[in-house]
Amino acid sequence: MPLFLPQRFNGRLIVVEGIDGSGKSTQLSLLSQWLRLRGYAVAFSEWNSSPLVQKTTRRGKKKEMFTPTTFSLIHATDFADRLERYILPLLKAGAVVCADRYAYTAFARDVVRGVDPAWVRNLYRFAVQPNLAFYFKVPLEVSLGRILGGRNALKYYEAGMDVGFSRNIEESFRIFQGRILVEYEAMIEEMGFHVIDATKSIEAQQREMRRIVVKEIGRTRPPEVLGMEAPIGRAIA
Amino acid sequence: MAGLSPKLVGSNGRPGRANGSHAPVSLARGINRTPLAFYRTPLPGVAVGELQGKLIVIEGPDAVGRSSQVARLRPWLEELGHAVLDTGMARSALAGKGIRQAKEGNTLGPVTMTLYYLTDFADRLENEIIPALRAGFVVLTDRYIFSIMARAIARGEDRAWMERTAGFALAPHKVFYLRAEVKDLLSRVVVGKGAFDYWESGMDLGFGRDMYDSFVRYQTRLIKVFDRLAEPYGFEVIDASRSADEVFEDLKQRISRTFESSLAPVRRPARATSRRPRAARQTAG
Repeated sequence: MPLFLPQRFNGRLIVVEGIDGSGKSTQLSLLSQWLRLRGYAVAFSEWNSSPLVQKTTRRGKKKEMFTPTTFSLIHATDFADRLERYILPLLKAGAVVCADRYAYTAFARDVVRGVDPAWVRNLYRFAVQPNLAFYFKVPLEVSLGRILGGRNALKYYEAGMDVGFSRNIEESFRIFQGRILVEYEAMIEEMGFHVIDATKSIEAQQREMRRIVVKEIGRTRPPEVLGMEAPIGRAIA
Repeated sequence: MAGLSPKLVGSNGRPGRANGSHAPVSLARGINRTPLAFYRTPLPGVAVGELQGKLIVIEGPDAVGRSSQVARLRPWLEELGHAVLDTGMARSALAGKGIRQAKEGNTLGPVTMTLYYLTDFADRLENEIIPALRAGFVVLTDRYIFSIMARAIARGEDRAWMERTAGFALAPHKVFYLRAEVKDLLSRVVVGKGAFDYWESGMDLGFGRDMYDSFVRYQTRLIKVFDRLAEPYGFEVIDASRSADEVFEDLKQRISRTFESSLAPVRRPARATSRRPRAARQTAG
Protein backbone atom coordinates (compact mmCIF):
# COMPACT_ATOMS: atom_id res chain seq x y z
CA MET A 1 0.00 0.00 0.00
CA PRO A 2 1.44 3.42 -0.87
CA LEU A 3 2.40 5.54 2.10
CA PHE A 4 0.68 8.72 0.90
CA LEU A 5 -1.98 9.82 -1.54
CA PRO A 6 -0.63 10.06 -5.09
CA GLN A 7 0.29 13.56 -6.25
CA ARG A 8 -2.11 14.06 -9.15
CA PHE A 9 -2.41 17.82 -8.92
CA ASN A 10 -1.10 20.46 -11.28
CA GLY A 11 1.48 21.87 -8.90
CA ARG A 12 4.67 20.38 -7.56
CA LEU A 13 5.49 19.52 -3.96
CA ILE A 14 9.09 19.83 -2.83
CA VAL A 15 10.08 19.00 0.73
CA VAL A 16 13.29 19.17 2.74
CA GLU A 17 14.19 16.98 5.67
CA GLY A 18 17.12 16.56 8.02
CA ILE A 19 18.11 16.99 11.64
CA ASP A 20 18.34 20.41 13.28
CA GLY A 21 21.37 22.28 12.01
CA SER A 22 21.59 20.40 8.72
CA GLY A 23 21.04 23.64 6.78
CA LYS A 24 17.86 22.50 5.04
CA SER A 25 15.89 25.70 5.68
CA THR A 26 18.62 27.87 4.19
CA GLN A 27 18.70 25.68 1.11
CA LEU A 28 14.93 25.64 0.70
CA SER A 29 14.75 29.40 0.94
CA LEU A 30 17.44 29.76 -1.74
CA LEU A 31 15.60 27.29 -3.93
CA SER A 32 12.21 28.94 -3.61
CA GLN A 33 13.70 32.33 -4.41
CA TRP A 34 15.33 30.88 -7.49
CA LEU A 35 12.04 29.31 -8.58
CA ARG A 36 10.22 32.63 -8.11
CA LEU A 37 12.77 34.37 -10.28
CA ARG A 38 12.16 31.76 -12.94
CA GLY A 39 8.51 32.74 -12.94
CA TYR A 40 6.99 29.99 -10.80
CA ALA A 41 4.20 30.69 -8.36
CA VAL A 42 5.85 29.41 -5.21
CA ALA A 43 4.26 28.81 -1.81
CA PHE A 44 5.96 27.87 1.41
CA SER A 45 4.82 25.87 4.40
CA GLU A 46 6.68 25.22 7.60
CA TRP A 47 6.32 22.36 10.08
CA ASN A 48 4.28 23.18 13.17
CA SER A 49 2.91 26.51 11.99
CA SER A 50 -0.88 26.16 11.83
CA PRO A 51 -2.57 29.11 13.53
CA LEU A 52 -5.53 26.87 14.40
CA VAL A 53 -3.45 24.55 16.57
CA GLN A 54 -0.80 27.00 17.73
CA LYS A 55 -2.30 27.82 21.12
CA THR A 56 -2.79 24.19 22.04
CA THR A 57 0.77 23.32 21.09
CA ARG A 58 2.05 26.29 23.05
CA ARG A 59 0.02 25.37 26.11
CA GLY A 60 1.18 21.76 25.95
CA LYS A 61 4.81 22.75 25.62
CA LYS A 62 4.74 25.44 28.28
CA LYS A 63 3.13 23.18 30.85
CA GLU A 64 5.01 20.10 29.65
CA MET A 65 1.75 18.22 29.17
CA PHE A 66 2.66 16.12 26.15
CA THR A 67 3.11 12.39 26.03
CA PRO A 68 4.67 10.79 22.93
CA THR A 69 1.17 10.04 21.64
CA THR A 70 -0.36 13.48 22.16
CA PHE A 71 2.80 15.12 20.86
CA SER A 72 2.51 13.04 17.71
CA LEU A 73 -1.22 13.70 17.33
CA ILE A 74 -1.04 17.46 17.79
CA HIS A 75 1.67 17.69 15.14
CA ALA A 76 -0.45 15.58 12.80
CA THR A 77 -3.37 17.91 13.50
CA ASP A 78 -1.19 20.88 12.68
CA PHE A 79 -0.06 19.19 9.49
CA ALA A 80 -3.64 18.27 8.52
CA ASP A 81 -4.75 21.86 8.92
CA ARG A 82 -1.95 23.15 6.71
CA LEU A 83 -2.61 20.43 4.18
CA GLU A 84 -6.38 20.90 3.98
CA ARG A 85 -6.41 24.67 4.00
CA TYR A 86 -3.19 25.55 2.26
CA ILE A 87 -1.07 22.89 0.61
CA LEU A 88 -3.85 20.97 -1.20
CA PRO A 89 -5.65 23.97 -2.69
CA LEU A 90 -2.33 25.46 -3.77
CA LEU A 91 -1.23 22.25 -5.43
CA LYS A 92 -4.56 22.08 -7.21
CA ALA A 93 -4.04 25.64 -8.39
CA GLY A 94 -0.68 24.58 -9.81
CA ALA A 95 1.72 26.22 -7.36
CA VAL A 96 5.13 24.87 -6.46
CA VAL A 97 4.75 24.19 -2.74
CA CYS A 98 7.96 24.13 -0.75
CA ALA A 99 7.64 22.44 2.64
CA ASP A 100 10.23 22.81 5.36
CA ARG A 101 9.83 19.36 6.98
CA TYR A 102 7.04 16.94 6.11
CA ALA A 103 5.54 13.75 7.52
CA TYR A 104 9.03 12.19 7.57
CA THR A 105 9.89 14.45 10.49
CA ALA A 106 7.15 12.75 12.48
CA PHE A 107 8.31 9.32 11.33
CA ALA A 108 11.76 10.08 12.74
CA ARG A 109 10.99 12.12 15.87
CA ASP A 110 7.87 10.39 17.10
CA VAL A 111 9.42 6.97 16.74
CA VAL A 112 12.41 8.11 18.80
CA ARG A 113 9.89 9.23 21.41
CA GLY A 114 8.55 5.69 21.55
CA VAL A 115 5.56 5.85 19.22
CA ASP A 116 4.88 2.76 17.14
CA PRO A 117 6.44 3.17 13.63
CA ALA A 118 3.53 1.55 11.78
CA TRP A 119 0.98 3.62 13.70
CA VAL A 120 2.62 6.95 12.87
CA ARG A 121 3.03 5.99 9.21
CA ASN A 122 -0.66 5.18 9.02
CA LEU A 123 -1.50 8.42 10.82
CA TYR A 124 -0.09 10.48 7.93
CA ARG A 125 -1.70 8.49 5.15
CA PHE A 126 -3.80 11.52 4.23
CA ALA A 127 -0.63 13.37 3.16
CA VAL A 128 0.26 13.88 -0.49
CA GLN A 129 3.29 12.14 -1.98
CA PRO A 130 5.93 14.82 -2.60
CA ASN A 131 7.43 15.18 -6.08
CA LEU A 132 10.83 15.63 -4.50
CA ALA A 133 12.04 14.93 -0.98
CA PHE A 134 15.52 16.19 -0.18
CA TYR A 135 17.40 14.80 2.78
CA PHE A 136 20.27 16.85 4.12
CA LYS A 137 22.78 14.36 5.36
CA VAL A 138 25.12 15.65 7.98
CA PRO A 139 27.29 14.02 10.67
CA LEU A 140 25.94 14.61 14.16
CA GLU A 141 28.99 16.55 15.36
CA VAL A 142 28.73 19.01 12.48
CA SER A 143 25.07 19.81 13.12
CA LEU A 144 25.58 19.98 16.86
CA GLY A 145 28.41 22.45 16.28
CA ARG A 146 26.06 24.65 14.26
CA ILE A 147 23.27 24.52 16.84
CA LEU A 148 25.16 24.51 20.11
CA GLY A 149 27.76 26.98 18.87
CA GLY A 150 25.74 29.99 19.86
CA ARG A 151 22.26 31.28 19.24
CA ASN A 152 19.41 30.71 21.60
CA ALA A 153 18.98 28.29 24.43
CA LEU A 154 17.65 24.81 23.76
CA LYS A 155 14.02 24.16 24.54
CA TYR A 156 12.58 21.27 26.53
CA TYR A 157 10.86 19.32 23.74
CA GLU A 158 13.38 20.36 21.09
CA ALA A 159 16.04 18.69 23.21
CA GLY A 160 13.88 15.61 23.77
CA MET A 161 13.92 16.20 27.53
CA ASP A 162 10.49 14.56 27.74
CA VAL A 163 11.99 11.23 26.73
CA GLY A 164 14.34 11.30 29.70
CA PHE A 165 17.64 10.61 27.93
CA SER A 166 19.53 12.84 30.32
CA ARG A 167 18.86 15.52 32.89
CA ASN A 168 21.39 17.73 31.17
CA ILE A 169 19.61 19.53 28.36
CA GLU A 170 22.61 19.68 26.04
CA GLU A 171 23.39 16.03 26.60
CA SER A 172 19.72 15.16 26.03
CA PHE A 173 19.75 17.13 22.77
CA ARG A 174 22.84 15.25 21.56
CA ILE A 175 21.33 11.85 22.26
CA PHE A 176 17.94 12.83 20.84
CA GLN A 177 19.41 14.22 17.61
CA GLY A 178 21.64 11.17 17.28
CA ARG A 179 18.64 8.87 17.51
CA ILE A 180 16.67 10.96 15.00
CA LEU A 181 19.62 10.82 12.63
CA VAL A 182 19.54 7.02 12.81
CA GLU A 183 15.83 7.03 11.95
CA TYR A 184 16.39 9.36 8.98
CA GLU A 185 19.26 7.29 7.64
CA ALA A 186 17.10 4.18 7.84
CA MET A 187 14.38 5.94 5.84
CA ILE A 188 16.51 7.09 2.88
CA GLU A 189 15.79 4.13 0.69
CA GLU A 190 12.25 3.44 1.87
CA MET A 191 11.22 7.03 1.12
CA GLY A 192 13.33 7.64 -1.96
CA PHE A 193 15.06 10.70 -0.53
CA HIS A 194 17.40 12.73 -2.71
CA VAL A 195 20.42 12.87 -0.45
CA ILE A 196 22.31 16.15 -0.31
CA ASP A 197 25.73 16.13 1.31
CA ALA A 198 25.21 18.90 3.84
CA THR A 199 28.90 19.16 4.71
CA LYS A 200 29.57 20.74 1.30
CA SER A 201 29.50 24.48 0.72
CA ILE A 202 26.11 26.20 0.63
CA GLU A 203 26.66 26.99 -3.05
CA ALA A 204 27.53 23.43 -4.00
CA GLN A 205 24.46 22.07 -2.20
CA GLN A 206 22.23 24.61 -3.93
CA ARG A 207 23.65 23.71 -7.35
CA GLU A 208 22.87 20.07 -6.67
CA MET A 209 19.32 20.86 -5.56
CA ARG A 210 18.63 22.98 -8.64
CA ARG A 211 19.99 20.27 -10.91
CA ILE A 212 17.58 17.74 -9.39
CA VAL A 213 14.66 20.19 -9.56
CA VAL A 214 15.30 20.91 -13.24
CA LYS A 215 15.44 17.19 -13.88
CA GLU A 216 12.06 16.77 -12.17
CA ILE A 217 10.17 19.82 -13.45
CA GLY A 218 11.96 20.45 -16.72
CA ARG A 219 13.98 23.39 -18.07
CA THR A 220 10.91 25.42 -18.80
CA ARG A 221 7.74 25.71 -16.81
CA PRO A 222 5.18 23.05 -17.76
CA PRO A 223 1.86 24.57 -18.84
CA GLU A 224 -0.12 23.10 -15.91
CA VAL A 225 2.23 24.63 -13.37
CA LEU A 226 1.18 28.07 -12.24
CA GLY A 227 3.38 31.00 -13.18
CA MET A 228 3.59 34.58 -12.02
CA GLU A 229 5.02 37.87 -13.08
CA ALA A 230 8.66 38.03 -12.13
CA PRO A 231 8.92 40.23 -9.04
CA ILE A 232 11.94 42.18 -10.27
CA GLY A 233 12.02 42.91 -13.97
CA ARG A 234 12.10 39.87 -16.17
CA ALA A 235 12.57 36.30 -15.10
CA ILE A 236 16.10 35.06 -15.24
CA ALA A 237 16.23 32.08 -17.52
CA MET B 1 -11.90 -6.85 5.04
CA ALA B 2 -10.83 -9.13 7.87
CA GLY B 3 -7.93 -6.83 8.54
CA LEU B 4 -10.28 -4.01 9.34
CA SER B 5 -12.12 -5.70 12.14
CA PRO B 6 -10.95 -4.60 15.52
CA LYS B 7 -8.53 -6.87 17.22
CA LEU B 8 -7.25 -6.63 20.71
CA VAL B 9 -3.69 -6.45 21.77
CA GLY B 10 -2.09 -6.42 25.16
CA SER B 11 0.85 -4.25 26.06
CA ASN B 12 3.17 -6.78 24.48
CA GLY B 13 1.66 -6.05 21.09
CA ARG B 14 0.40 -9.57 20.65
CA PRO B 15 -3.27 -10.41 20.39
CA GLY B 16 -4.98 -10.25 23.74
CA ARG B 17 -6.79 -13.11 25.32
CA ALA B 18 -10.22 -11.77 24.42
CA ASN B 19 -9.37 -11.93 20.77
CA GLY B 20 -11.19 -14.22 18.40
CA SER B 21 -10.73 -14.39 14.65
CA HIS B 22 -13.43 -11.89 13.85
CA ALA B 23 -14.40 -11.40 17.41
CA PRO B 24 -15.82 -8.29 18.90
CA VAL B 25 -14.81 -7.72 22.47
CA SER B 26 -15.98 -10.73 24.36
CA LEU B 27 -18.69 -9.06 26.32
CA ALA B 28 -20.03 -12.10 28.08
CA ARG B 29 -16.80 -12.35 29.98
CA GLY B 30 -16.02 -8.76 29.20
CA ILE B 31 -16.50 -7.02 32.47
CA ASN B 32 -14.26 -9.38 34.34
CA ARG B 33 -11.73 -9.52 31.59
CA THR B 34 -8.33 -8.86 33.03
CA PRO B 35 -6.32 -7.22 31.79
CA LEU B 36 -7.99 -4.64 29.62
CA ALA B 37 -6.61 -4.59 26.11
CA PHE B 38 -5.79 -2.02 23.47
CA TYR B 39 -7.56 -2.36 20.14
CA ARG B 40 -4.41 -2.35 18.04
CA THR B 41 -1.41 -0.30 19.09
CA PRO B 42 -0.48 -0.32 22.77
CA LEU B 43 0.28 3.06 24.28
CA PRO B 44 3.91 3.33 25.28
CA GLY B 45 4.42 2.85 28.99
CA VAL B 46 1.02 1.44 29.94
CA ALA B 47 0.86 -1.91 31.69
CA VAL B 48 -2.70 -3.03 31.08
CA GLY B 49 -2.44 -5.58 33.87
CA GLU B 50 -2.49 -2.74 36.38
CA LEU B 51 -5.86 -1.44 35.21
CA GLN B 52 -8.37 -2.66 37.74
CA GLY B 53 -11.31 -0.35 37.08
CA LYS B 54 -14.21 -0.65 34.69
CA LEU B 55 -14.55 1.29 31.48
CA ILE B 56 -18.13 2.01 30.40
CA VAL B 57 -18.92 4.01 27.30
CA ILE B 58 -22.16 5.77 26.38
CA GLU B 59 -22.24 6.42 22.65
CA GLY B 60 -24.74 7.68 20.14
CA PRO B 61 -25.55 10.58 17.85
CA ASP B 62 -26.01 14.20 18.85
CA ALA B 63 -29.01 15.08 21.04
CA VAL B 64 -29.81 11.44 21.79
CA GLY B 65 -29.57 12.08 25.52
CA ARG B 66 -26.16 10.65 26.39
CA SER B 67 -25.11 13.44 28.72
CA SER B 68 -28.26 13.39 30.81
CA GLN B 69 -27.93 9.62 31.22
CA VAL B 70 -24.33 9.99 32.35
CA ALA B 71 -25.44 12.67 34.81
CA ARG B 72 -27.97 10.23 36.29
CA LEU B 73 -25.74 7.19 36.25
CA ARG B 74 -22.93 8.78 38.14
CA PRO B 75 -24.72 9.38 41.47
CA TRP B 76 -26.41 6.00 41.13
CA LEU B 77 -23.04 4.26 40.78
CA GLU B 78 -21.61 6.25 43.64
CA GLU B 79 -24.56 5.25 45.78
CA LEU B 80 -23.58 1.66 45.07
CA GLY B 81 -20.13 2.41 46.35
CA HIS B 82 -18.19 2.86 43.13
CA ALA B 83 -15.78 5.71 42.66
CA VAL B 84 -16.68 7.29 39.32
CA LEU B 85 -14.78 9.38 36.83
CA ASP B 86 -16.91 10.87 34.12
CA THR B 87 -15.37 12.34 31.04
CA GLY B 88 -16.39 13.38 27.56
CA MET B 89 -15.29 14.90 24.30
CA ALA B 90 -13.31 18.12 24.15
CA ARG B 91 -12.83 18.18 27.90
CA SER B 92 -9.08 17.63 27.95
CA ALA B 93 -6.78 20.11 29.63
CA LEU B 94 -4.61 20.03 26.53
CA ALA B 95 -6.94 20.45 23.59
CA GLY B 96 -10.45 21.21 24.86
CA LYS B 97 -10.13 24.95 24.59
CA GLY B 98 -8.38 24.77 21.23
CA ILE B 99 -11.15 22.63 19.77
CA ARG B 100 -13.86 24.97 20.99
CA GLN B 101 -12.03 27.92 19.45
CA ALA B 102 -11.40 26.08 16.20
CA LYS B 103 -15.10 25.27 15.90
CA GLU B 104 -15.97 28.92 16.10
CA GLY B 105 -14.07 29.69 12.93
CA ASN B 106 -15.02 28.41 9.50
CA THR B 107 -11.81 26.68 8.54
CA LEU B 108 -11.82 23.37 10.37
CA GLY B 109 -11.29 20.66 7.75
CA PRO B 110 -12.47 17.08 8.29
CA VAL B 111 -9.05 15.48 8.82
CA THR B 112 -7.96 18.33 11.07
CA MET B 113 -11.12 18.01 13.13
CA THR B 114 -10.70 14.25 13.45
CA LEU B 115 -7.11 14.52 14.61
CA TYR B 116 -7.83 17.40 16.95
CA TYR B 117 -10.52 15.34 18.67
CA LEU B 118 -8.20 12.37 18.76
CA THR B 119 -5.54 14.50 20.44
CA ASP B 120 -8.14 15.49 23.00
CA PHE B 121 -9.13 11.85 23.47
CA ALA B 122 -5.53 10.69 23.83
CA ASP B 123 -4.85 13.35 26.45
CA ARG B 124 -7.85 12.25 28.49
CA LEU B 125 -7.08 8.56 27.98
CA GLU B 126 -3.52 8.91 29.21
CA ASN B 127 -4.02 11.49 31.92
CA GLU B 128 -7.52 10.78 33.23
CA ILE B 129 -8.98 7.48 32.12
CA ILE B 130 -5.97 5.22 32.55
CA PRO B 131 -4.94 6.67 35.95
CA ALA B 132 -8.56 6.26 37.12
CA LEU B 133 -8.69 2.67 35.90
CA ARG B 134 -5.40 2.02 37.63
CA ALA B 135 -6.99 3.30 40.85
CA GLY B 136 -10.00 1.02 40.40
CA PHE B 137 -12.58 3.62 39.36
CA VAL B 138 -15.58 3.11 37.18
CA VAL B 139 -14.90 5.34 34.21
CA LEU B 140 -18.10 6.55 32.61
CA THR B 141 -17.44 8.25 29.32
CA ASP B 142 -19.83 10.32 27.29
CA ARG B 143 -18.69 9.31 23.78
CA TYR B 144 -15.47 7.49 22.97
CA ILE B 145 -13.47 6.92 19.78
CA PHE B 146 -16.65 5.78 18.03
CA SER B 147 -18.09 9.28 17.75
CA ILE B 148 -14.82 10.53 16.33
CA MET B 149 -14.76 7.63 13.90
CA ALA B 150 -18.40 8.04 12.91
CA ARG B 151 -18.04 11.75 12.24
CA ALA B 152 -14.93 11.15 10.14
CA ILE B 153 -16.48 8.29 8.18
CA ALA B 154 -19.66 10.32 7.65
CA ARG B 155 -17.40 12.97 6.12
CA GLY B 156 -15.85 10.50 3.72
CA GLU B 157 -12.69 9.51 5.56
CA ASP B 158 -11.43 5.97 5.17
CA ARG B 159 -12.62 3.60 7.88
CA ALA B 160 -9.43 1.52 7.87
CA TRP B 161 -7.32 4.64 8.33
CA MET B 162 -9.57 5.73 11.16
CA GLU B 163 -9.49 2.37 12.93
CA ARG B 164 -5.73 2.15 12.82
CA THR B 165 -5.29 5.75 13.89
CA ALA B 166 -7.65 5.34 16.86
CA GLY B 167 -6.19 1.90 17.59
CA PHE B 168 -4.43 3.09 20.74
CA ALA B 169 -7.79 3.17 22.54
CA LEU B 170 -8.60 0.63 25.21
CA ALA B 171 -11.43 -1.74 24.32
CA PRO B 172 -14.11 -0.79 26.89
CA HIS B 173 -15.88 -3.29 29.09
CA LYS B 174 -19.20 -2.05 27.78
CA VAL B 175 -20.31 0.22 24.99
CA PHE B 176 -23.94 1.29 25.25
CA TYR B 177 -25.14 2.71 21.96
CA LEU B 178 -28.13 4.97 22.50
CA ARG B 179 -29.97 4.56 19.25
CA ALA B 180 -32.81 6.69 17.96
CA GLU B 181 -34.19 7.79 14.63
CA VAL B 182 -33.59 11.26 13.30
CA LYS B 183 -37.17 12.30 14.05
CA ASP B 184 -36.56 11.54 17.74
CA LEU B 185 -33.40 13.61 17.68
CA LEU B 186 -35.21 16.47 15.99
CA SER B 187 -37.77 16.89 18.73
CA ARG B 188 -34.99 16.88 21.31
CA VAL B 189 -33.07 19.54 19.46
CA VAL B 190 -36.14 21.73 19.12
CA VAL B 191 -37.46 21.21 22.62
CA GLY B 192 -34.17 20.76 24.45
CA LYS B 193 -31.70 23.05 22.76
CA GLY B 194 -34.06 25.36 20.96
CA ALA B 195 -31.76 25.72 17.96
CA PHE B 196 -29.68 23.75 15.51
CA ASP B 197 -25.92 23.67 15.94
CA TYR B 198 -23.64 24.27 12.95
CA TRP B 199 -21.46 21.18 13.48
CA GLU B 200 -24.26 18.89 14.70
CA SER B 201 -26.04 19.77 11.50
CA GLY B 202 -22.96 18.90 9.46
CA MET B 203 -23.08 22.31 7.80
CA ASP B 204 -19.42 21.95 6.81
CA LEU B 205 -20.49 19.18 4.41
CA GLY B 206 -22.33 21.63 2.20
CA PHE B 207 -25.54 19.59 2.17
CA GLY B 208 -27.65 22.70 1.99
CA ARG B 209 -28.07 26.18 3.24
CA ASP B 210 -30.71 25.18 5.69
CA MET B 211 -29.66 23.78 9.07
CA TYR B 212 -32.78 21.62 9.28
CA ASP B 213 -32.21 19.88 5.94
CA SER B 214 -28.56 19.49 6.65
CA PHE B 215 -29.20 18.13 10.15
CA VAL B 216 -31.54 15.46 8.81
CA ARG B 217 -29.15 14.33 6.09
CA TYR B 218 -26.05 14.43 8.28
CA GLN B 219 -27.56 12.71 11.32
CA THR B 220 -29.14 10.02 9.12
CA ARG B 221 -25.72 9.31 7.72
CA LEU B 222 -24.15 9.36 11.19
CA ILE B 223 -26.69 6.86 12.57
CA LYS B 224 -25.95 4.56 9.63
CA VAL B 225 -22.27 4.66 10.45
CA PHE B 226 -22.91 3.94 14.14
CA ASP B 227 -25.09 1.01 13.10
CA ARG B 228 -22.27 -0.38 11.00
CA LEU B 229 -19.84 -0.11 13.92
CA ALA B 230 -22.25 -1.82 16.34
CA GLU B 231 -21.51 -5.42 15.42
CA PRO B 232 -17.75 -5.40 15.09
CA TYR B 233 -17.27 -3.33 18.23
CA GLY B 234 -19.84 -5.19 20.30
CA PHE B 235 -22.15 -2.28 21.10
CA GLU B 236 -25.17 -2.99 23.26
CA VAL B 237 -27.93 -1.19 21.44
CA ILE B 238 -30.31 0.76 23.67
CA ASP B 239 -33.58 2.01 22.26
CA ALA B 240 -33.28 5.69 23.04
CA SER B 241 -36.57 6.68 21.46
CA ARG B 242 -38.12 5.85 24.81
CA SER B 243 -38.41 8.30 27.69
CA ALA B 244 -35.28 9.25 29.59
CA ASP B 245 -36.60 7.37 32.64
CA GLU B 246 -37.05 4.17 30.66
CA VAL B 247 -33.60 4.45 29.14
CA PHE B 248 -32.13 5.05 32.58
CA GLU B 249 -33.84 1.95 34.00
CA ASP B 250 -32.57 -0.09 31.09
CA LEU B 251 -29.01 1.16 31.53
CA LYS B 252 -29.12 0.55 35.29
CA GLN B 253 -30.24 -3.03 34.77
CA ARG B 254 -27.57 -3.72 32.21
CA ILE B 255 -24.85 -2.15 34.30
CA SER B 256 -26.03 -4.03 37.40
CA ARG B 257 -25.81 -7.29 35.52
CA THR B 258 -22.37 -6.27 34.49
CA PHE B 259 -21.28 -5.80 38.05
CA GLU B 260 -23.21 -8.49 39.82
CA SER B 261 -20.58 -11.15 39.61
CA SER B 262 -17.94 -8.94 41.10
CA LEU B 263 -20.19 -7.12 43.58
CA ALA B 264 -22.50 -9.80 44.83
CA PRO B 265 -21.27 -13.14 43.62
CA VAL B 266 -22.99 -15.05 46.41
CA ARG B 267 -26.49 -13.88 45.75
CA ARG B 268 -27.18 -15.30 42.36
CA PRO B 269 -24.57 -17.91 41.61
CA ALA B 270 -26.79 -20.23 39.59
CA ARG B 271 -28.22 -17.57 37.37
CA ALA B 272 -24.93 -15.87 36.86
CA THR B 273 -23.54 -18.97 35.25
CA SER B 274 -26.59 -19.94 33.25
CA ARG B 275 -27.06 -16.46 31.90
CA ARG B 276 -27.23 -16.23 28.16
CA PRO B 277 -23.89 -15.16 26.78
CA ARG B 278 -23.16 -12.29 24.45
CA ALA B 279 -25.68 -9.69 25.44
CA ALA B 280 -24.51 -7.59 22.54
CA ARG B 281 -25.44 -10.16 19.96
CA GLN B 282 -29.01 -10.27 21.17
CA THR B 283 -29.58 -6.59 20.89
CA ALA B 284 -27.26 -5.45 18.15
CA GLY B 285 -28.57 -4.95 14.65
